[in-house]
Formats: sequence, structure tokens, C-alpha cells
Amino acid sequence: MKRETWNSRVGFILAAVGSAIGIGNIWRFPYMAYDNGGGAFLIPYFFALVTAGIPILILEFSMGHKMKGGAPLTFAKLNRKWEWLGWWQALISFIIAVYYVVVISWAIDYIGFSITLGWGTETINFFVGNYLGLTDGPFDFGGFRPLILITAIAAWIINFVVLYSGVKAGIERANKIFMPLLIFIILVILLRGVTLPGASEGLNILFQPDFTKIFDGKVWIAAYGQIFFSLSIAFAIMITYSSYLPKKSDIVNNAFITGFINCGFSILSGIAIFSILGFMMGQSGGELPEKLSGVFLAFATIPEAINQLPAFKNVVGILFFVSLTFAGLSSFISINEAAIAGITEKLYKPKRVVVIWYTVIAMIISSIFTTGAGLYLLDIVDHFVNSFGVVMSGLVEVIIIGWFFNIKILKEHFQPISDFNVGSWWDIAIKFITPLALGITAVMNIVSELKSPYGGYPASALIVFGWSMAICIIILGYLFSRMPWQSEQVFKYYDDE
Amino acid sequence: MTAGAIIMMIFGLLLTWGGAAVCIYIAMKKRDI
Repeated sequence: MKRETWNSRVGFILAAVGSAIGIGNIWRFPYMAYDNGGGAFLIPYFFALVTAGIPILILEFSMGHKMKGGAPLTFAKLNRKWEWLGWWQALISFIIAVYYVVVISWAIDYIGFSITLGWGTETINFFVGNYLGLTDGPFDFGGFRPLILITAIAAWIINFVVLYSGVKAGIERANKIFMPLLIFIILVILLRGVTLPGASEGLNILFQPDFTKIFDGKVWIAAYGQIFFSLSIAFAIMITYSSYLPKKSDIVNNAFITGFINCGFSILSGIAIFSILGFMMGQSGGELPEKLSGVFLAFATIPEAINQLPAFKNVVGILFFVSLTFAGLSSFISINEAAIAGITEKLYKPKRVVVIWYTVIAMIISSIFTTGAGLYLLDIVDHFVNSFGVVMSGLVEVIIIGWFFNIKILKEHFQPISDFNVGSWWDIAIKFITPLALGITAVMNIVSELKSPYGGYPASALIVFGWSMAICIIILGYLFSRMPWQSEQVFKYYDDE
Repeated sequence: MTAGAIIMMIFGLLLTWGGAAVCIYIAMKKRDI
């Protein structure tokens, strides 16, 4: 089977940026900055970008490009004993995909609600009660929510069409549409936001630097965490995407461009969100809204702000939720591609056949998140897959590549083909800084989990949907790696072909 | 807006979008992008 390639360098960059820019850039970064020193947070944030984000992007781009495979095949080619790590990462992608789709479906539904401002004046009650039909607990499923189910299926169909069409005609084309539109829309929202009365107050809250926070270790961990979760690293995506690069392709500069645009988009989102929050403060006598991040920022606070706008309420609502949809879809496509590439290569089946079966199975599993308990389940699974999946697999990745593999092999691969060379900072980042940052994050996650169980959920729910899932994907990863490859042919796709 | 907030906002935008612009310029100079 011939391996597909990107049609152009722009296509690859847009796909990588599309994967990195997700819903988290819009609803997580602004709050993280606000909560960790405002403008001063940008200093550890950029330090983390240069010492961890971009080095890991270079590492994953070069691994995928040299080995020409999805994560399982790439790790197997590096060392057969490491294949399980590739499967672990592909399974992390699969788990994220089955719940992430539901957030996209919420965004799509809210595009519709924006037309009539259908969320009313009690936006939290509407979201939690009328729309989600949230039940009393994670084990009380309360039946499917038809509207959420239908739009989740629609999101799966969009994803199916894109992946079935292939790398060039599907992923590349979709991102060439989504990314420019997304940046344009966020700029329109930003312009609307900064021209609102009170916007400057919101921007003061976001950017007013508190430099004392720079000496707080937790702020640095938050910065590394934000960079790490935001760049789609350590869950098979960037390895897979770079495996479709043609032989003579830049690695280093592409990583820099991806990292810079991703962080630049986050800052634009921060300006847009906090200028709107500043306007809200002005309307409510100077009080900052209660929900400033995550699901409730997007689906309760922002609708409340839209209600208070002097004009163009519907337009701003539609644009905001279209931006969430585009940001979500471009990441969703990449997450699924990462899992599908691994399966396709292992089974040596036509990719289109795998895409069909994968979509059917994943769609059925994801339907559990469209029930009345969906938000609880999503919250638990998201917490555990990030804290004990992405962070741990990233830690294992940088340790085994940095310390048990000769990274000079990768460096000798990417230096001659890149627009510019990297110095010894890259080696230091991979060998020391990233394992240290991820190691501290991992330990802190474990300690915090043992101190107080996440979110006040019953222990049984955390065990069933959190711990079991996190452990199962490691075991499954190992079991998959023990299964034979259906064709050793895939091991011949090296960069010298 | 306070001077500190304005400076940090410009700092953030310049570093990210400016960095991206420089990298894209290098890419365009080196080969077709």
C-alpha cells in the first residue's frame, strides 16, 4: 500500500495547527493566564513553549517523518519493545475522541440556539437542565438526549467524510477551510469585544502582570501543563501527521510555526473572551462572572454576555459557537486519524474499511456521553485521560527517547532537511527539562488525586469511569502490541524510500 | 487599560504572531511554502 502524503507544506502546517488549536485554546488558556499572574503568566508560558512544547513537537515530527508510521508503528520501528507506548497513545486518542465529539455537538446545537437566543435569561439552568437534562449522578443515565445525539452523529459523519476522503482530499482540504475561517471569526469576535464598554477592564484583569507569581512553582507547572495539553503532543497525532510529509520536508521550522500560531491564537482568544467578560462586569456593577473557564464559560457565561450585548446578539452568538465548532472539528479529525492510522497499519487493511468500522464502533461508544449523565462522565473521563494518560505517556515518551534511544539519530535526520538548525538546547530540553516538568506534573496529579478524589464524585464512579479506564488503556496497549503485524511490509516505509 | 496590561498584551502578541511571521518568512525564503 502506498503511503499518502500532504499536497503542500501549507497543508501540513494548517493540519498541525488545526489539531493543536482546540476548544481548550478558547475556554482554558484565558482562565489559566488570569488565575496565574495575568500578563506575568506569559513569561513561564513562553519559556515552557520554547523548552518543552516546540522541542517535543520537533521530536514527534522527526519520529513520524523518519519512521513513516502512526504512533504504534513508529515506536515499533524505534524498538519493538516500545510498540505498546504507541498503542497507549492511540488509545488515549480514541478515548478523547468518544467524548470530545459531544462537546462539538453542544457547540453545533448552540449555533442554532443563537438564532433565537433560545437559552433564555437563566443560561446555566437552561444548559444543565433543559438542554443536558443533567441527572443526579454519574450512574443515573436518564436516557439519551435526542438533540445531542443527533448532532453528535452529524459530527461523526463530518469526521467520516473527511477521513474517508484521505489525507490530501480530506484532512488537508478541511483544515484549509477551517483554519483561516476560525482565525477570521475570532478576530471578528475580538473586534466586537474590544469595542464594548468596559472591555478595557476585562483586559486589565487578564493582562495586568503580577510578577510575584513568577516565583510560585505552581504557576510554572500550570504553564507547562497548558503548553503540553494545548499542542496535541503525546497522543499520537503529531507523529501520525508528520508521517505523511514527503521525504524532503522541513521539521524544525514547521514545529516553530505550529507552536507560535497555536499560542498566538490562545492570546487572541483571551483578548476576545476577557473583553466580553469586562463588558459583563460593567453591566453587573463590577462583579466578575462566576464561571470563567471550561464548559460553563462557553455554554453559560458567554450566552449570558450575549444576552446583554447592545446589538448583533445573534451574530456574535453564531460566530462564537461556529468558532468552537471549527476549533473542535479540526482537533477531532486529527485525534481520530491518529487512532485509525495505528489500526490500519497493524491490520494492513485498506484505510477506508478501517474508517467505516472505526466510525461505527466509536459512534456507539460515544453515545453514552449523550445521556443525561453525559457531563459527569465527560468530566471524569477527561480528567483521568489527561492527568494519567496524556501526562504519563508523555513522560514515558521523553524518558525512553531521551535516555534509552540515541536522539542524535533523530537530530541527524531533521537537521539537514530543516530550514534552520537547532542547538544543544533541544537535547537538554528532551533529556532534562521535559522529563522534569512532566515528572513533577505527574507526581502532583497523583498526590492531588489521593488527597481529595476528583470533583467530589462518588469513589465508585471515579473507579469505574476514571481509574479503570486509565489502567485499561495501558493494558490494552500492551495486548495490542503482542498481536502480530498482518504484514511486515509496513516496516519498510523508511524515509529513504 | 493600565500600562502594565498594555505592555504584556503587546509582548504576547508580538512574540507569538511575530515569531510565526519570522518563521514563515524564513520558510518562504528557503523554499516554496
